Amino acid sequence: MRNIFTLVGKEITLEWRNKYALSGVFIYVISTIFICYNAFRQMIDPQAWNALFWIILLFAAVNAVAKSFMQETRGLQLFYYSFLDPQQVILARIVYNSVLMTVISLASFGFYTVFLGNLVADVPMFLLGLLLGSTGFAAVLTLVSAIASRAGNSASLMAVLSFPILLPLLITVIRFSRNAMEGFSWSVNNPHLLVLLSLNALVIALAYLLFPYIWKA
Amino acid sequence: MMRYVWKIAAALLVYYSLVAGLTGEVPRMAILNETIRNIYFHVPMWFTMMALFLVSLIYSLKYLSGSSPDHDLVAAEAARVAMVFGIAGLLTGMLWARFTWGAWWVNDTKLNGSAATMLVYAAYFILRNSVPEKQKRARLSAVYAIFSFSLMIVFIMVLPRLTDSLHPGNGGNPAFGSYDLDSRMRAVFYPAVAGWILVGLWILQIRIRTRKLENTVSI
Repeated sequence: MRNIFTLVGKEITLEWRNKYALSGVFIYVISTIFICYNAFRQMIDPQAWNALFWIILLFAAVNAVAKSFMQETRGLQLFYYSFLDPQQVILARIVYNSVLMTVISLASFGFYTVFLGNLVADVPMFLLGLLLGSTGFAAVLTLVSAIASRAGNSASLMAVLSFPILLPLLITVIRFSRNAMEGFSWSVNNPHLLVLLSLNALVIALAYLLFPYIWKA
Repeated sequence: MMRYVWKIAAALLVYYSLVAGLTGEVPRMAILNETIRNIYFHVPMWFTMMALFLVSLIYSLKYLSGSSPDHDLVAAEAARVAMVFGIAGLLTGMLWARFTWGAWWVNDTKLNGSAATMLVYAAYFILRNSVPEKQKRARLSAVYAIFSFSLMIVFIMVLPRLTDSLHPGNGGNPAFGSYDLDSRMRAVFYPAVAGWILVGLWILQIRIRTRKLENTVSI
């Protein structure tokens, strides 16, 4: 357990040192939102508002998490391999990427509201959707980026592998946040909340169980 | 002799479902009319696809626990044959949709789920082709197959039940057992399902043998 926290801490320190990677993702999100703002001018339709927001987040997530396993040098991998359990490595990565994704999605929500207006009726519920969506994206993409990096391939493989399996999560979270936008009561949204929670649990459990096999490859 | 029995059964069952399916009595129903016969062909395609993906999943798990190259071969070939049945299922479904719902493609959770499943397995083959090293390829693709199959189950089995679907059995539509499958139709439908699953396994067996021969010849 202590190792996991050390690893998470190490990731955050590293990220903070190479600020260009983190600021790259932020600039990416801001410029995408700005492009959407200019392309759409007036966003009146809540459904389109919501769908566009999640699509922007999806691309930002793929960009932010893709480098997770790719930027590591051979030496660092060997070091991990000899001193740590694969389970610790993957859990630390998922925790770190979830934190990163949550920060990115909150910031995107902020910029998005500034440019395209806030159409959300129930903000706390929307934020909960944001949190669960971010952790789910982070967990799926962490495992996929491990596969893609072991396959020795670039960002394109990452996108091909991750987009179809992100669909269930994306569809559920879009529905959940649409209900939050309309201001529906919790009882309407409970089934979606349940699916989101169980998807998160499923993805994390699978990543935990399967990562050791990628690790060996 | 025993080795041929299930193949003979497969052929007989499929021929029976062709003849009985096209000539037998079916209930007269509005909108569906004679297209109801498509149930003997469209639905078995999906059942066969799911059965073969299940084979692929089981062999992926087996590969991870034992690292035998044969298990990897079976997993890959089962997924390949399943893709063919999935495409057949999509095509028969599109044809049916054109004549009952009025369009080749409608925005329905089941359709989207099955299309996404096709995409996942297309990605699976892209992953396989992008790794030249055999053991690594087998391991990575097994992990991806298990991971994605579990998520697709949620997509196909759980999500449609939360929303409306044009398919029977979802979102307030009655399950197809309750209204359109009377006993005469059951007598054709179940043999058709069994027959097509056996045909799928038969194709799989031939594919595996071909691949094994190719492997020995090339070495």
